[in-house]
Amino acid sequence: MSAVLKPKPKAIVCDGNEAAAWAVTLARVDMVAVYPITPQSSLVEYLAKFVADGKLNAEIVDVEGEHSVLSVLHGGVLAGARAYTGTCGPGLAFMFEPYLRTPGLRMPMVMSIVTRDTLTPQSVWGGHQDAMSVREVGWIQMYCETVQEVLDTTILAYKVAEHRDVMLPVNVCHDGNYLSYGAARVELPTQEEVDAFLPPPSTNWHAALDPSRPMAIDPLTGGAGGPGPSLFVRYRKGQCAGMQNALAVIEQAHEDWARIVGRRHAPLVESYRMDDAEVALVTLGSMTGAAKDAVDEARDRGQRVGLVKVKTYRPFPVQAVAKALSGVKAVGVVDRSVSFGWNCGPLYQDVIGALQFAAQRPAAMSFIGGLAGADITTDHFGRAIERVQALAKDGQVGETVWLNEKD
Amino acid sequence: MYEIRIHGRGGQGAVLAGGILAAALVNEGKFVVAVPSFGFERRGAPVASFLRMDTREIRQMTNIYRPDCVLCIDPTVGRAVNVFDGIKDNGTWIQTTAKPIGELQVPDKVAAVGLCDAVSIALEIFKRPITNTLMLGAFAKTTGLVSLDSLRAAVEDSDFRDAGLKQNLLALERGYNETIVHKIERKVAA
Repeated sequence: MSAVLKPKPKAIVCDGNEAAAWAVTLARVDMVAVYPITPQSSLVEYLAKFVADGKLNAEIVDVEGEHSVLSVLHGGVLAGARAYTGTCGPGLAFMFEPYLRTPGLRMPMVMSIVTRDTLTPQSVWGGHQDAMSVREVGWIQMYCETVQEVLDTTILAYKVAEHRDVMLPVNVCHDGNYLSYGAARVELPTQEEVDAFLPPPSTNWHAALDPSRPMAIDPLTGGAGGPGPSLFVRYRKGQCAGMQNALAVIEQAHEDWARIVGRRHAPLVESYRMDDAEVALVTLGSMTGAAKDAVDEARDRGQRVGLVKVKTYRPFPVQAVAKALSGVKAVGVVDRSVSFGWNCGPLYQDVIGALQFAAQRPAAMSFIGGLAGADITTDHFGRAIERVQALAKDGQVGETVWLNEKD
Repeated sequence: MYEIRIHGRGGQGAVLAGGILAAALVNEGKFVVAVPSFGFERRGAPVASFLRMDTREIRQMTNIYRPDCVLCIDPTVGRAVNVFDGIKDNGTWIQTTAKPIGELQVPDKVAAVGLCDAVSIALEIFKRPITNTLMLGAFAKTTGLVSLDSLRAAVEDSDFRDAGLKQNLLALERGYNETIVHKIERKVAA
């Protein structure tokens, strides 16, 4: 055992946006492109300040819109830079075209989605609809529960993105309003710890803007002719393989983080009080804290309730979700967004898909709450737990429950 | 867990006050989360910010609906919103006002009142009615839940510049010294 005592960690009080900016600084990011948008704005303002103060030695590019944000970063990544940006809602929509190209070209970078509900009606407030709208585009997506997790995950994300078995961009999603502006006590890792965890980037070995080894980037594959079909399949299968590889890499990165920094977060899913649970809630993001308190209240009343938090949403940890929920009688999945195609929440769709692989398949129903800044409190979760307990008894799934319908 | 709801108007620094108080409490080893409310932020509109403190980790990142303490940094915001909404029994009310307690309607649930004429003091110090640091002093005096020293350190760590820092430290001090605390005997429910 090491005889060296760890120095007392430096604790600061900051919100999630500032925590993300600290993470970018500690990760020694080379290049940041920004376009401010609520509720992300203060995040990039912190970054601009950190660069101006000399804390962060990065090229900061103040571009004219989000399409350019990502296009500029493509150039940076292909030249070997560690790159970062953050956006949300309409900004994410405006960057959609280069957003599609980023995972296809296997460009590792990290982008915070400071989640915001989408138009219309007009909303500048939190909700997962923006991040959910791009869930099938090929970016890795991890959702944070706390301000501390925002900081830790934003650094961790580089380790995942740049791993040679992955080579994909990562979205670190933190909830607009509740985490973007919510402040808490946060422990800053030291630069030495982060350096030990995250080596300098070596990312442009496969596709590079390098005068000494010229190459064509992003070729046309040829459609149905010549090598087209097989070439395209190679690209796609490689992307899918990278996504699946990410599951193990994410677990390893969290393990390395715990070893070096001493803080452990569940990498894929977290099971909370699931031993002997009869019913379970499934949550995503900052709502989880209040949900855990509601689970504790139910447990105090002698009810066998547990919770499974999904941290890694893309790739979806199918086996981990199936295992975590196998054996309970009923599950309530709480989404902060809407699947318009299915009239339920998108996480609910994923969970019932994963439950096909559960040894014992529970009944599951969908709850939607927290849209456009609405709060999901312990009272809401208490009512959700009651409804799931009824489901465990009668097996009647029923319609999606909108938690804030009467608020 | 102790829950505080800060009421003010856009531009008075209710959110900043929450941040400074959070930093002071963390400095004393407490766990804190501070969440601002968000609606239509504009100068003069009623705003709120929410702060929870505990001796163990706090998980709820939500607004506060059943506060132990209501801290009003604006003299008239109580006319625009029900600042006492959901306040717990034996709650604490800290109010900026020039009025004595006899001229105020104190709800039955409130058992401790801290009154500070923060607007008048702010006009002397800042020449503007900025009451947030004054009312943090009032909070410390009324509740004893945070020390003036910790608040002072937190103000020094904030982004105030030279003259502004001096003024805010003075405001904190005067808020503390010039707050009148009233304890009201309430029958404890059987």
